[in-house]
Amino acid sequence: MSEAAAVSGGPGAEPRHGVRIATIWAVATAIVLPLVIWVVGPHIPPGAMSQQTRDQHQVDVVLTALATPIVLLIWVYFGYAVRVFRNHGTAVVDGPPITGNRRIEATWLIATSALVLGLAVFGTADLLATGGAGGGEGPNPVAKPADWRGALPVQVIGQQWLWTFRYPTYGGVETTTLELPVNREIEFHVTSLDVVHSFWAIELGVKADAVLGADNIAFDKPFETGPFQVRCDELCGLWHGHMNTTGRVLSDANFATWITNQERKNAALTKQLPPYSRVYYPSPLRNAS
Amino acid sequence: MRALAVAATFGVLVALVVVYFIFFLESGPAAIAATRGSDGSADLTLQTVPSYGHHPFPDWVSYMAKDPQGKWEHTTIFKVPAHTLIKVTIYQYDGDSGLRNAFLSGVSGTTGDIETINGTVEHGINANDAAHTFTIPDIDVNVPLPGINPNAKNPCGTAPCSLAEAHNTITFSFRSPGPGSYRWQCFVPCAAGFLFGNGGPMQTIGYMSGLIEVS
Repeated sequence: MSEAAAVSGGPGAEPRHGVRIATIWAVATAIVLPLVIWVVGPHIPPGAMSQQTRDQHQVDVVLTALATPIVLLIWVYFGYAVRVFRNHGTAVVDGPPITGNRRIEATWLIATSALVLGLAVFGTADLLATGGAGGGEGPNPVAKPADWRGALPVQVIGQQWLWTFRYPTYGGVETTTLELPVNREIEFHVTSLDVVHSFWAIELGVKADAVLGADNIAFDKPFETGPFQVRCDELCGLWHGHMNTTGRVLSDANFATWITNQERKNAALTKQLPPYSRVYYPSPLRNAS
Repeated sequence: MRALAVAATFGVLVALVVVYFIFFLESGPAAIAATRGSDGSADLTLQTVPSYGHHPFPDWVSYMAKDPQGKWEHTTIFKVPAHTLIKVTIYQYDGDSGLRNAFLSGVSGTTGDIETINGTVEHGINANDAAHTFTIPDIDVNVPLPGINPNAKNPCGTAPCSLAEAHNTITFSFRSPGPGSYRWQCFVPCAAGFLFGNGGPMQTIGYMSGLIEVS
């Protein structure tokens, strides 16, 4: 068979593999993508307890939907290659040499660049629009929620191996439980008294490192009342695995009652605490070391 | 023949690794059971010593526990019955080194939220006077233990310490939770010789932390 006959699609000509693969991929994507978005999507964590978790959930669905066609393309090509390109003979022969294809190379570069740059823009815009998306932003946050001036400040203090919480607008009272009012912006100030910890309020979508001498600010706005888990997400020593607690989002009235009780119950203890500060250094320094 | 030798060598190596891990897992401190009182409560008697004085870490600060026969054992794993009043006595022989977080200078989770220090009822102590704490975070029990007078003439040197040596006696009680394994620990960074007092005995079960096995 002549080379001209093979290219023109005559008898014995090589089929158009690219078209076949693209067709199979398009059909698979048309079937799987809606399933990913509408069937799997609602179950993708972290839920919808706060503005931040709702946003994180939405982003997770978008990223999963974007990744689905790419994964399918890889799987389809892999399956097609195994099925069609396998060597049926006994002799092992080299395939034809490939010397480059400008159209494929340009398409690949443009598509991947557009995808990466588009995601960078999408991610940056989302971070700014959601007040940092629940992540720690350091002492001077760039991304602030619209109503951050009315936010309730809550200090999160990590220590080996316990979380405690201070409420500076309620006399600096400190507690071992984290209770928050619903539908109000919360401004977490996360710090540590010793090693590096990481404050992770799972259902609230908040994660911020707790570092000695650093005030790491994260914003969150709970929309639903109920319990949420708090864990340390940084390996911090012997009892790291036990450094967890359960917080609660309360109605305004219940929060007011709870914080009033805490102020009364811990009044004597609060007087012993150092004045509220964004960071605390080990004191006294003569500690056993 | 060669394959057999390789297989036998491999088998011996695997066996050695398994034996090592079994030994490692079994090498923790033994558990001490609380003594049952006639009123249905359970008694736990502990002491804190400034230095253990024995192998493998003679310089480390440590807790010790009295077994039902009255003998002091080097362990921090205690067995107590569930939903029972646990009466605790701690003989505290160490000097103060101060709490990192003054919030833990208050007593909580005990009967009446109190402790007695040498017979005097207290709701807490000065944070800088703390030598250790006995804290069970999961059930919100926290009891600060004041250090002995730094000028005491007869401080304890080696565990177990005797009542003739300078000490504070702290008593309190709490109600045990349901069955389970609960971590307890000291929250004073009391590990002498370690960065900010947080290493060594603070990071090793059997010294300044352990488990309360409730069954």
